[in-house]
Amino acid sequence: MPADPWVLDPLAVAAIAGMSLATYSMRAGGFWLMRWMPMSRRVEAWLRHIPGAVIVALLAPMVARGGPAELVGVAAAALAMRVVGHDLAAIVAGIATVALLRQVL
Amino acid sequence: MTEHLRPVTFTRAGAFRGARDALPMALGSVAFGLVFGVAARQAGLSLAEATLMSALVFAGSSQFVAIGIWGSPVPVFAVIVATLIVNARHLLMGAALRPWYSRLSRGRAYGSLFFMTDTNWPLQLQAFLRGEREGAILLGSGLFMLSTWVASTALGHAGGAIIGDPRTWGLDFTVVAFFAAVLVKLWRGRGDALPWIVAAVVAVAVHAVVPGFWHVIAGALAGSLVGAVRDAR
Repeated sequence: MPADPWVLDPLAVAAIAGMSLATYSMRAGGFWLMRWMPMSRRVEAWLRHIPGAVIVALLAPMVARGGPAELVGVAAAALAMRVVGHDLAAIVAGIATVALLRQVL
Repeated sequence: MTEHLRPVTFTRAGAFRGARDALPMALGSVAFGLVFGVAARQAGLSLAEATLMSALVFAGSSQFVAIGIWGSPVPVFAVIVATLIVNARHLLMGAALRPWYSRLSRGRAYGSLFFMTDTNWPLQLQAFLRGEREGAILLGSGLFMLSTWVASTALGHAGGAIIGDPRTWGLDFTVVAFFAAVLVKLWRGRGDALPWIVAAVVAVAVHAVVPGFWHVIAGALAGSLVGAVRDAR
């Protein structure tokens, strides 16, 4: 446990600065690289498929790793989204379902 | 399909709307900021170091990984390499913004990209895909989420383990439910089925054998390329 809350270890600061640079280079790098790729119908079609594919790729392992509670929770969130049309409703429905099912199951 | 030719606006109202839309995600992330603060303290980071990391890095999963390999002396190189690997998925997310953000000034585009995370990037992209031309949603939502992330990190470090395990309250499910909601909105019809199935199968398969976040890049590339190739025919 660190004794002084305000201590800044030089190595820690170096690591944090490096992490910041590394993260920003990834955040800005994809946008920057696309400068060299001329916009065509095909490239636009590819870019339009990225959002869904990224979210699916993030979500699928989370669901696969979870149990039945998580599976039902995802269904509840999607259903709430379809019916109410707002992501806050989906989040509330998903969290409530999962919290409840984890107690029961 | 000439999205890149129409101008994009960047207004204060758009930034505020982004902040408002990010409210559920910001609240959900508070629990994890608290947990991160506690974990950072246990790993030996001072309050100043933990808060500085949340402010300058602003990427939860890579910060947890860094804390996991933290030590004394700090393994600077390993921490930076791990951060690069965990956050490489942002390359694709930034690329997807190209058709619209290329219409903004460089300062606004590259400034906004600092605030891009898994959860506010869909907010901005959905607005563009709906045909809106407002580009400040990423900045507004990002600034709001950054402030709650930094504040909850500091609070967690200073206050210790008050809330316990966020899993008890289902709070770890916030992001999962949000992604499910985003997918419902992104669904454009049967044409999305094939790319999404490919993305899911590849992501789950890669996730099972490769540590880190490579599964996101592999799944997203496979799914989006399959979709692009099919559309081109």
